[in-house]
Amino acid sequence: MFSFILRKLATVIPTFIGITLVAFALIRMIPGDPIEVMVGERKLDPVMHAAAMQRLGLDQPLHIQYFRYVKDLAQGDLGISLVTREPVTKEFLTLFPATVELAICALLFAVLVGLPAGMIAGLKRGSVFDHGVMGVSMTGFSMPIFWWGLILIMYFSVTLGWTPVSGRIDIEFDIAQRTGFLLIDSWLSGEEGAFKSAAMHLILPTIVLGTIPLAVIARMTRSSMLEVLREDYIRTARAKGLAPTRVVVVHALRNALIPVITVIGLQVGSLLGGAVLTETIYSWPGIGKWLVDSISRRDYPVVQAGILVSATIFIVVNLFVDILYGVVNPRIRSAK
Amino acid sequence: MTTQVQIADVVPSYPSPLKEFWQSFSHNKGAVVALFIFLSVIFCGVFAGWIAPHDPVEQYRDHMLTPPSWAGGGMSTYLLGTDELGRDILSRLIHGARISLFIAFMSVLMSLIPGMVLGLLAAFFPKGAGTVIMRVMDVMLALPGILLAICIITILGPGLINTMIAIAIGTLPSYTRLTRAAAMAEINKEYVTASRVAGAGALRLMFLTVLPNCMAPIIVNATLGFSSAILETAALGFLGLGVQPPTPEWGTMLSAARDYIERAPWVVTMPGVTILVTVLSINLMGDGLRDALDPKLKRAA
Amino acid sequence: MSLLKIRNLRVEFGSLAHPFPAVDGLDFDIDRGELVGIVGESGSGKSVTMMALMGLIDAPGRVTADELVFDGHDLLKLKPAQRRKIVGKDISMIFQDALTSLNPSYTVGFQIKESLKVHMGLRGAALEKRALELLELVEIPAAKSRLGAYPHQLSGGMNQRVMIAVAIACNPKLLIADEPTTALDVTIQAQIMDLLERLQKEHNMGLIMITHDLAVIAEMAKRICVMYAGQVVEQAPVADLFRAPRHPYTQALLEAIPEHSKGARRLSALPGIVPGHYDRPKGCLLSPRCRYAQDKCSQERPALLDGVRCYYPLNAEGESTHG
Ligand SMILES: Nc1ncnc2c1ncn2[C@@H]1O[C@H](COP(=O)(O)OP(=O)(O)O)[C@@H](O)[C@H]1O
Ligand code: SF4
Ligand SMILES: [Mg+2]
Repeated sequence: MFSFILRKLATVIPTFIGITLVAFALIRMIPGDPIEVMVGERKLDPVMHAAAMQRLGLDQPLHIQYFRYVKDLAQGDLGISLVTREPVTKEFLTLFPATVELAICALLFAVLVGLPAGMIAGLKRGSVFDHGVMGVSMTGFSMPIFWWGLILIMYFSVTLGWTPVSGRIDIEFDIAQRTGFLLIDSWLSGEEGAFKSAAMHLILPTIVLGTIPLAVIARMTRSSMLEVLREDYIRTARAKGLAPTRVVVVHALRNALIPVITVIGLQVGSLLGGAVLTETIYSWPGIGKWLVDSISRRDYPVVQAGILVSATIFIVVNLFVDILYGVVNPRIRSAK
Repeated sequence: MTTQVQIADVVPSYPSPLKEFWQSFSHNKGAVVALFIFLSVIFCGVFAGWIAPHDPVEQYRDHMLTPPSWAGGGMSTYLLGTDELGRDILSRLIHGARISLFIAFMSVLMSLIPGMVLGLLAAFFPKGAGTVIMRVMDVMLALPGILLAICIITILGPGLINTMIAIAIGTLPSYTRLTRAAAMAEINKEYVTASRVAGAGALRLMFLTVLPNCMAPIIVNATLGFSSAILETAALGFLGLGVQPPTPEWGTMLSAARDYIERAPWVVTMPGVTILVTVLSINLMGDGLRDALDPKLKRAA
Repeated sequence: MSLLKIRNLRVEFGSLAHPFPAVDGLDFDIDRGELVGIVGESGSGKSVTMMALMGLIDAPGRVTADELVFDGHDLLKLKPAQRRKIVGKDISMIFQDALTSLNPSYTVGFQIKESLKVHMGLRGAALEKRALELLELVEIPAAKSRLGAYPHQLSGGMNQRVMIAVAIACNPKLLIADEPTTALDVTIQAQIMDLLERLQKEHNMGLIMITHDLAVIAEMAKRICVMYAGQVVEQAPVADLFRAPRHPYTQALLEAIPEHSKGARRLSALPGIVPGHYDRPKGCLLSPRCRYAQDKCSQERPALLDGVRCYYPLNAEGESTHG
């Protein structure tokens, strides 16, 4: 098992190096003078310009610059925001929990609804329920989620007035940041109504962000279930005289879930992309919205950091999924 | 019983591949309906100039935010109503079809062709070129869809052509991987060895011998790529990073419409429904296509 | 009274309007401690018959029979839950491909113990002991360590032994072996056959040995039942069958023995294949392929008379071996 993990780890390293190269190159590929780009001002005084070049090490050869960039990264230094003049890392750390909270809720929503729905659809193949699940998931899969977000706001917030339109919590609450997850922090704060407010703010973004993963998970679970039910070992299990529920739960489910795990892992990528849209619609103060805002403000160090961090999350999550895959699937673990 | 015997007596005749394909495809009712919807979207896109009742950018300042014709206060000239600047929504949607389909088509082409070439190279030269290509693809895959597009738009700036490029680069890894996997499966088969022995050059082997046998999964993937390109174009437009106003792009239309959720819901509803229906029809078609092209999955799913 | 009595078993697939009888009016009996062989080409309905007996045919397949009585229970009248108390305990079955028939996600030990837990209620040390004993019974070396192995870590022969252990776990009265060695090498084939024969004798089980190759069971079975297109076409003691086959199909199978041993899949004495859904003949099911067919054969189906289903049986009484 340990060597299996090491092997997996080794395969990600080149990818990670590639990502740092891309992030490093990003700022240098933007048309224009790097100092002007970084400082965000045009027509700098030549003396200041040279000084800045030297201060930032931009007069050095590229590979030296790159090593310096990686060294800074290793120390957790992601640069300075051009707009706020704050360290990017600091901003990131305050915004990151919001995105994680939203993403976790969305994934939970997708898994908790999509898995059982796909499973039952597979077991009751051809039934009305099956057709319903397939129709809904196909629609979900085709959904422009930014529009879906607007429609939900239009109906639930504007027409019915049930849910708030944007943000993470009503402004009357001033919740001390402990975990960064407002759901937990508001609970801990003990302020009356704070938790409810945080939860209400989460509902619509969760649904919107969870829609596509839900559709993908439901479809995948169904087809994986159908495939497994055709396997010889299911016949064996039935020939043993096991009850149908035991056949499904013990023998079919575990094998059916193996490919679904990979798919869930891949959904983390779509969650990161979806977060950009969802956070923009709901003014959710997370890294997705931060990234989009920074592009329009030409705050390049932030964009660079955002790209790097998103890719890193994606790589780490998929590494984790790969390892998990090995844990549940004995055939993979021992394969060379 | 009698029919069974009759069938047995008939000399088997083999339908042409195209006919067989259509038989298989038309088996799936949803896919056929989807095909017709999609054909009408294409029709609208191609003949937008003739079909659209109004100029898509003309602003009828006297009729701003007119509701759809069936709603109270609607006007029959503006079938689906007008937007905040008094432009006819229906005409904008029809012209938008042209833009979305064009971007989607070009971006699929721009990633499909290089993707196939890279995939074949990776399959034929697994040691040198292959390793490098696949490593680069891994890096690109680590930046999920829209983030990679954002990354590219940051460098290139927003706009129609750049949207196309961004989407094309984003989907390149999937075609490369798919082609490589399909080609690797074919490469050791006897017919390839036979033509290698017969003296076929690497190029000939790659493009004439192996590639045609890898097309089925690639075509299916291209269909899905087409629909996700439409979604991504709209998403970028919505974020203000894609096609710029006043060009009538579906996502860009939505981005401006956000402020009118309360006053003019149709401005929000129409473009979204159009995107959803178009994408849904392509995906349904893709499902039908997959079942019809992949003999292994035939009638199984 | 026989252990298993099947009368007029019919298993249909396809739509109600165009049914396909995979098993068509089959009669079969087996006694306690008896070893019966069932032979027939692929597609003859051997597996489907046994799946119907085990209750493993799912809708839209339809199973009907005048009698399907096992050990005094009319299986078709039992509720599913009651039937499952018999299936896997008193009747059990092993399949062709052991590797795919074992669940890849669970250890060998788990899969053996499962039956013991469900049917015998064994727990703890008794369970552990019995599982080990079973692995030793099927002659798996280093049995103790093998309990923790996954199927993909074992060879094909080992996996088939595991399948046998699972099948005999609850001391069944009837064991069905559906082409248990088809997927294995010749040497391993013989070992598995010996093992099955030994277990059958030691435990006095009824054993139905299914194969498409007559040679495989020639020495083991006392009685052989030849199936074709869902019907029994001949039934006879082994010696009689080999010495004087009466059905043309049996004769063709016998002629094929040397070819089978060379790995040939078709019967050269019998061109064509078993009829499927759309080409079932009106008359004798063998008529399109039978070299003795006459006009009558393609008009009406012959009945099973005196152990043979043919209008013009070969080797009539007294005559010596045909051709
Ligand atoms: N689930 C099923 N649905 C439809 N036809 C089936 C099914 N299972 C088996 N058959 C058909 O029944 C016939 C007998 O099959 P089988 O019993 O597996 O043959 P054998 O075991 O003798 O090789 C074959 O023609 C097969 O195609
Ligand atoms: S009945 Fe006729 S066709 Fe059928 S086996 Fe006998 S001789 Fe052949
Ligand atoms: Mg069989």
